[in-house]
Amino acid sequence: MGSSSKARSDYNKFVRKKVLVLVILCAALFALAIFAIGQGSAHVSISEIFKTFIGQGEPRSQTVVVGVRVPRVTTAILVGAILAITGVVMQSVLKNPLASASTLGVSNGASFGATIAIIVFSAGIQNSTSAANAISVTNPFLVSTCAFLGGIGATIIIIALSRIKQVGQQGLVLAGVALSAIFSGASTLIQYFADDVQVAAVVFWTFGDLGSTSMKEVLIILAAFAGAFIFFMINRWNYNAMENGEETAKSLGVNVNLIMYSTMAVAAFATSIAVSYVGIISFIGLIAPHIMRRFVGNDYRFLIPVSAVAGALLLLGADSFARLIIAPIILPIGAITSFVGGPVFLWILFKGAKRK
Amino acid sequence: MINIKDINFSYGKRDILKDISFDIQDNKCIAILGNNGAGKSTLIKCLNRIIPVKGGVVMVSGADLFKMPRNEVAKNIAYVAQKTETSRVTVYDAILVGRKPYIKWDITADDKKIVDDVIEHMDLEDFTLRFIDELSGGELQKVMLARAMVQQPKFLLLDEPTSNLDPRNQYELMKRVKHIAREHNISVAVVIHDLNLALRYCDKFLFIKDSRVFAYGDHDIMTPKIISDVYNMKSDVIEHNGIKLVVPLPDEPYELTHGDGHGHGGINVTSNEHVKEACNS
Repeated sequence: MGSSSKARSDYNKFVRKKVLVLVILCAALFALAIFAIGQGSAHVSISEIFKTFIGQGEPRSQTVVVGVRVPRVTTAILVGAILAITGVVMQSVLKNPLASASTLGVSNGASFGATIAIIVFSAGIQNSTSAANAISVTNPFLVSTCAFLGGIGATIIIIALSRIKQVGQQGLVLAGVALSAIFSGASTLIQYFADDVQVAAVVFWTFGDLGSTSMKEVLIILAAFAGAFIFFMINRWNYNAMENGEETAKSLGVNVNLIMYSTMAVAAFATSIAVSYVGIISFIGLIAPHIMRRFVGNDYRFLIPVSAVAGALLLLGADSFARLIIAPIILPIGAITSFVGGPVFLWILFKGAKRK
Repeated sequence: MINIKDINFSYGKRDILKDISFDIQDNKCIAILGNNGAGKSTLIKCLNRIIPVKGGVVMVSGADLFKMPRNEVAKNIAYVAQKTETSRVTVYDAILVGRKPYIKWDITADDKKIVDDVIEHMDLEDFTLRFIDELSGGELQKVMLARAMVQQPKFLLLDEPTSNLDPRNQYELMKRVKHIAREHNISVAVVIHDLNLALRYCDKFLFIKDSRVFAYGDHDIMTPKIISDVYNMKSDVIEHNGIKLVVPLPDEPYELTHGDGHGHGGINVTSNEHVKEACNS
């Protein structure tokens, strides 16, 4: 019994390490959030930020903090978390390390929806009040709705196709690639016949923008995050069981198909909401889970919450970088995550290959 | 007691299993034998509903398995697949997931106690924090067996558990399986190709041929005649130091198999019906 209790205490130590990773990430996120709220064209000190939180700040910092920075920072945190947790569970149920929102055609579907809104329904127009914000969308509600419908539509098509003909996990990924190509081709065709301003508005939308959400939209994104997070956490033991293959999972009482389709539907729904408000932001759903798999392994009890915080940290970090590096110009966030995320992903990949 | 009655399965119009019926007593280990493609793996996947049967009944201690929710099935039957997909998961976590059918929201102290006991029982204490994607084939198979054990099943299904193991690990694993059946009062069904491993550690033998049960019985049915009928291969069944062995003779023409019916240098040929028949004719 002695050695067995040693095995248990070793394991408990190992679990505590994972909890520690989560605590450290949360602390880092909190610190970065405070930093991001304070920094910008109008500097707000830390003490002033806390005063503002309890309603005792100056009117000027009240406007900056509550009106501008907090919505932006919480949007970054929530969208980063959504992209990361949906990435991690899609990689699990599709048994594909490259699975993320874009794998199922969600991103391209959403782009297509936004393209339709801006060009066909004329929701985008030039706005020349500032150089950094030359083009904006005049009817964000319409664009968001169309983008959401595009994203969720892509997923519904894929799930419906795979239900009619059981194509399996690899088939689903390939169907996602095909559908992405169809949507991006369709978007290009529509853009080809549009005028310059409309095309610019579409391109601007696809760059991604975390600064256009108000508190009302933040609450909608929060609801999407909370729903998805709870759903994934309820299923964490199912994902753990699926790590040893479909047959073993079934023998452990897991309804593999139900888990796969419901997970994808929830993931697509949550990412469609996120993407519809902020545009296309890639790589967070790949990088956050892959870094965290190295720290906590493939135990979804920890991997899901830890990835959520890591995704939030990455997107908030990228957004702060995009805002502050050549302030007052704000670089497009989608381009930053891809430009910085790509090399980081390659580094993870080849470092991982060497370890094997 | 496991009662299996009239299991049928087909891919489209091609019958894979037809009217398969047999019983397994508690604490007995049976070997499921037959050619490649005979339907052995399909049979054990049908038994725990990994693939849906076209008809038949499986009773575990009097309870009808096909009428249970999937989670209840998992409390009654554990299964170790032929190939296990590995990932970055520790041995402890890989075993702990065997408690999945019992977990409501999260694991309890009881679950951990059961895992600890199995880890101790299977001598895995030094492995608990190793990642399963870094284990050898033998170690991984032992971990998968441990995972099946924490399911606390009444019926254990193993699909070619020894196929990737070296000889020593093959014997150790099968010895452990037999021990588990006896110690925990579990019925075990093993799909296996090595007739000698089967003879050594299994109590009964189920031969499948042409989608049907060809023969089912204890050691007495392991005869050259049945082996020849099932595998289309000549063999001797001999006894060496009290251990019954099958000696495959794939190359020897039928008539030349030491027609006198006596042993090879001190090895006593106990049963060789084909040889005897050949001599008589």
